[in-house]
Amino acid sequence: MNTIDVQGLTKRFDGFTAVDGISFEVGEGELFGLLGPNGSGKTTTIRMLVGLSRPTAGRAKILGFDLSFGITEAKRGIGVVPDSSNLYDELSARENLLFMAKLYGVPKDVREQKSEELLKLFGLYERRDDRFGTFSRGMKRALTIAAALVHDPKVLFLDEPTVGLDVVAARSLRELISDLHGKGLTIVLTTHYLEEADLLCDRIAILVKGNVVEIDTPRGLKRRAEERSVIEASFGREATDLVGDLSARLPGAEVVLLDETRVKIYGGDPSRVLEEIFEFSKERNLGLNAINSIKPSLEDAFVRITGLSPTVMAREKGGKGR
Amino acid sequence: MIRDDLRCIYLIAAKDMRTYYLKPPAVSWGMVFPVAWTLAFYLRSPSNFEDLVPGLIAMTILFSTTAAEAVVINFELRLGSLERLLLAPVSTDSVLLGKVLGGFLFGLLMTSMVTLGTALGLELHPNLSTLIPVGLISLMVFSSMGALFSVLFKEVFEAQTFLNLPRFLMVFLCGVVYPISAMPSWLQAISQLLPLTYTVEGLRAAFSASPPSSFKGLLILTVFLILFILPAMRMLRKRFE
Repeated sequence: MNTIDVQGLTKRFDGFTAVDGISFEVGEGELFGLLGPNGSGKTTTIRMLVGLSRPTAGRAKILGFDLSFGITEAKRGIGVVPDSSNLYDELSARENLLFMAKLYGVPKDVREQKSEELLKLFGLYERRDDRFGTFSRGMKRALTIAAALVHDPKVLFLDEPTVGLDVVAARSLRELISDLHGKGLTIVLTTHYLEEADLLCDRIAILVKGNVVEIDTPRGLKRRAEERSVIEASFGREATDLVGDLSARLPGAEVVLLDETRVKIYGGDPSRVLEEIFEFSKERNLGLNAINSIKPSLEDAFVRITGLSPTVMAREKGGKGR
Repeated sequence: MIRDDLRCIYLIAAKDMRTYYLKPPAVSWGMVFPVAWTLAFYLRSPSNFEDLVPGLIAMTILFSTTAAEAVVINFELRLGSLERLLLAPVSTDSVLLGKVLGGFLFGLLMTSMVTLGTALGLELHPNLSTLIPVGLISLMVFSSMGALFSVLFKEVFEAQTFLNLPRFLMVFLCGVVYPISAMPSWLQAISQLLPLTYTVEGLRAAFSASPPSSFKGLLILTVFLILFILPAMRMLRKRFE
């Protein structure tokens, strides 16, 4: 039996369809990623699955409980890390964990022991009596995850867990997620960081405008991108306005602007693409710095499947693709 | 299931007491303000201070329950910490009841202190069988009123500002300071529509020598409780649809 079974899940707000009849299953112990840009419906999907929003249509089962009438039972087995660290500023780290454990009815001796264990695991034991409000963003995130684990859930939902964290904190958090996965926890992770999804997930569902456009393993998704060549070119000066002209010279290929000076060209005849880039750079005096034929990444697969630029996606969230 | 909800209601109330109520802003609005207000009237006419006691207690009930209640829900909605509570196996209604209970308990603490202080200081002997039910139901009514204002408005300052309108209207029109019988008939009619009128009536009865039956007043206060708490529950549920 699947741990999570979603069929035709839909959410509409005043005529706007945020999630449009999506279906997917998550197996026991699987780390499943929901990947997509802002507004693709990731968070709305998670909110419906954890009982914070009522679906307009469709159904979902978690741990065998149908959410339309068994949400309270399902919640006992679910841990949720929302996209913001929303514990109580006035309570200490330890008090926050104990309060959450009490809400889930964890017996006194177990909750004391579990809180201590989690504070040690997340490196917060020394700060256990400090107020949550005094913590750094990374520490707040870590404690928010600890709070989601205090009742020993079987399923963990992580909504954009590394958003707003510095590189080091994000890396250690990813290691922790990986460890939790290793311990057999079923995890649903939403992210717009392609690298994060690639690194962590067993399978990924790509969401665009409320629809699941693809579900596969990271490897499977990348394999699709391998069907066509990927060439990256880096120029010495800004090429933003010239993408249209370059595209016109490369019929059958797709030119995607990575940043002001870098482009990626998907598909087309590789030798012709290389020739045209050299020619184009010379004509427009762009000063070609580097040109590489590269092995397709998940980012390339994402571009191929969605037609979206991954850089634009990262910018939308106010962060950088990492 | 009911046991889980009851446990969560208690935990939320206890947490709110600690994080919001037992703090200077709530204490000053809940107790210092009614006491200062009453002292102002006492200084004007010190001889009949005993007459002001029921009004003082009524004001303490009104201001202590609504002091933080009117802001805690939308404050937590803004921070996202109310959602944190809803992730636990607990219903939205129970979360709201926990919030109302928090206001009730804080109000009970403040009101008990004011009542005991004035009763002992002035050697008054209120009828407890009238005082306690009127006090308890009134605490629930005004805590629910605060909760309703909290879910009616999205911004914390809006809830607090709009709540001042009925609060001060009630202070003037419900017999707290001026007797209702001395008001023009149209103001008397308005006062009958305000819950604090029945709280003051009940408390006056408890402090008078031969208290009349306050059953009717308790019944009317119960109706106000239902009128405040059911829409508050419904509106909070709607926010998570």
